[in-house]
Amino acid sequence: MEWLVAIAIGVMTSSGVYLVLRARTFPLVLGLTLISYAVNVFLFVMGRLQIGEAAIISAETTKYTDPLPQALVLTAIVIAFGMTAFLIVLALKARSELGNDHVDGMSYVAEEQENKVAGGDAK
Amino acid sequence: MTLSQLPILLILLPLLGGILTLFSRPKGIPLQRIVSLIFTTALLLLSIYTVTIANSGDYSVYLLGNWTAPFGIVMVLDKLSSLMILLTSILAVIALAYAISQGTDKKGQHFHVLYQIQLFGLNGAFLTGDLFNLFVFFEVLLLASYGLLLHGGGRLRTKGGLHYVVINLVGSSLFLFAVGTLYGILGTLNIADMSTHIAQLDSADQGIVAAAGLLLLVVFGIKAAIFPLYLWLPGAYANTSAAVAALFAIMTKVGLYAIIRVHGTLFSEQANALSGLHAEVVLNLGLVTLTMAVLGVFASRALKEQTAFLILASVATLLIGIGINTTEALAATLYYLIHSTLIGAGLFLVADIIARARGSYSDRLRPGAPMKHAILLGSVFFITAIAIVGMPPLSGFIGKVMILEAALSSTLSTWIYAIILIGSLLMIMAMARSGSIIFYQTDTSLDDDSEKLNIRALALALVLVLASPILVIAAGPISDFTQSVASQLNDHQAYIDAVMGQPAYQGGE
Repeated sequence: MEWLVAIAIGVMTSSGVYLVLRARTFPLVLGLTLISYAVNVFLFVMGRLQIGEAAIISAETTKYTDPLPQALVLTAIVIAFGMTAFLIVLALKARSELGNDHVDGMSYVAEEQENKVAGGDAK
Repeated sequence: MTLSQLPILLILLPLLGGILTLFSRPKGIPLQRIVSLIFTTALLLLSIYTVTIANSGDYSVYLLGNWTAPFGIVMVLDKLSSLMILLTSILAVIALAYAISQGTDKKGQHFHVLYQIQLFGLNGAFLTGDLFNLFVFFEVLLLASYGLLLHGGGRLRTKGGLHYVVINLVGSSLFLFAVGTLYGILGTLNIADMSTHIAQLDSADQGIVAAAGLLLLVVFGIKAAIFPLYLWLPGAYANTSAAVAALFAIMTKVGLYAIIRVHGTLFSEQANALSGLHAEVVLNLGLVTLTMAVLGVFASRALKEQTAFLILASVATLLIGIGINTTEALAATLYYLIHSTLIGAGLFLVADIIARARGSYSDRLRPGAPMKHAILLGSVFFITAIAIVGMPPLSGFIGKVMILEAALSSTLSTWIYAIILIGSLLMIMAMARSGSIIFYQTDTSLDDDSEKLNIRALALALVLVLASPILVIAAGPISDFTQSVASQLNDHQAYIDAVMGQPAYQGGE
């Protein structure tokens, strides 16, 4: 089972990295989301893979699963969730202010500013 | 109040301030300003008290939820964290007063709330003794910094902000990968406990811990803007409002602090084969970063952009000091850190005042209309420029001399001397060129459409700039203090004993 989980994390991360390197904001958001999924699974696996074991100490249990990674994953999920929501809003703001959805949308803005200056002089 | 509760108080105070400023919003901006100023000033007074407490050499350890280490999260206050917190709160009071005097806080919603939460995150990051908790406080301070950076809006600001947000989100993911790997091998996230586990590590596991340690260096490198991860900094810092940029002078230092704290503790001389894992990388990258920053200072087309590259150059100089990895070098680095944080922030404020005095020419390095207060502003700019490039008699010079003196023991000392000295010369030339373009090459035929000089704002900028002569006059006591900070940092066993030996609170006084 370890190799299956490892491959899943690897595929998610590499797809995430590929999407983060795209030039537009929407694939970028998707890429960061994929990476954060991969991170969550990775953190979870770091407590070692155990099936059907208890996380809380009791008298009759002898084998336990590590509860700490589960707590870490929960924190990481909440933070990634908030950050993604913020990034989507920021991407929309950038789309409306820069006039395009390129991550590096500057050349378009520079052209537009030149046009505006030229237009202003004509008046 | 017992002494061990001091760390948590430093974190809770700005959090409470943030909540109260949020609730005082219906009463309008004047009340928010008063609440925010009261809490920031209270934080400054508390951090002065903190430094006097920490200066005794004892560690104040606070156990969250009364769980002893390594089972619970600990907050640790030592000399280094008290120094960083004092620096943050000095900067915070002045930047906040500047934002109020220039009306920056009226350009959007929730400036004061974000400002207090920013301080909450910064103080938490400086005090925590737990790696995962450090991640959480990084996220708190980053989320607040996203809001502050974008405050007021504008196209360039949005673009710079987008880059800043995306690279930091990537950094957060890498942080979690590194934390996960370290937890998987070491089975703990308490920095002191991790250090003892690394000392007893199997040789088979050393490679993976080294990989995770270097991955953490990448994460802190993004925060500190190390080559090749610095490209977000000039765009983000140059386009945000001056008050926020001044406060962010401490943000790059958070990354440096994390390197000193986490890498310094985990890969100390006790770590056997992994000892000093980060030092050589940090030193080499510091030298490259300094070269790139100096070229950036020379190539800048506007004063704020130039200031951003000067901040980068100071970060690079600090990296070189950390990379030399001796107690003397660390003491020199901390002295230079105090200087570069305050003067870097001061230069952002001075650049903003000059930009406002030039009207539509703003801070672009192009001949504009003659300024009304050219002599006054020119003198302030002259002093700040001398301080930041490290010319005698001001504090930048003393800091650089101390770092160069410590560099003699390094194997790369020739390179360190060459790059720092040639870099300083080039930065002096670049600043001289900026000053002469702005103040001498004026075109009297152009219309002057500048704002009225804001005396209160100028006075606040002067307070920061005056830190430089004070750092020179009090160089003896301050360098003694940084020396004691560095020697306390080098005593890793005392840190481990203090954190792991802190007993749980039993009730009663």
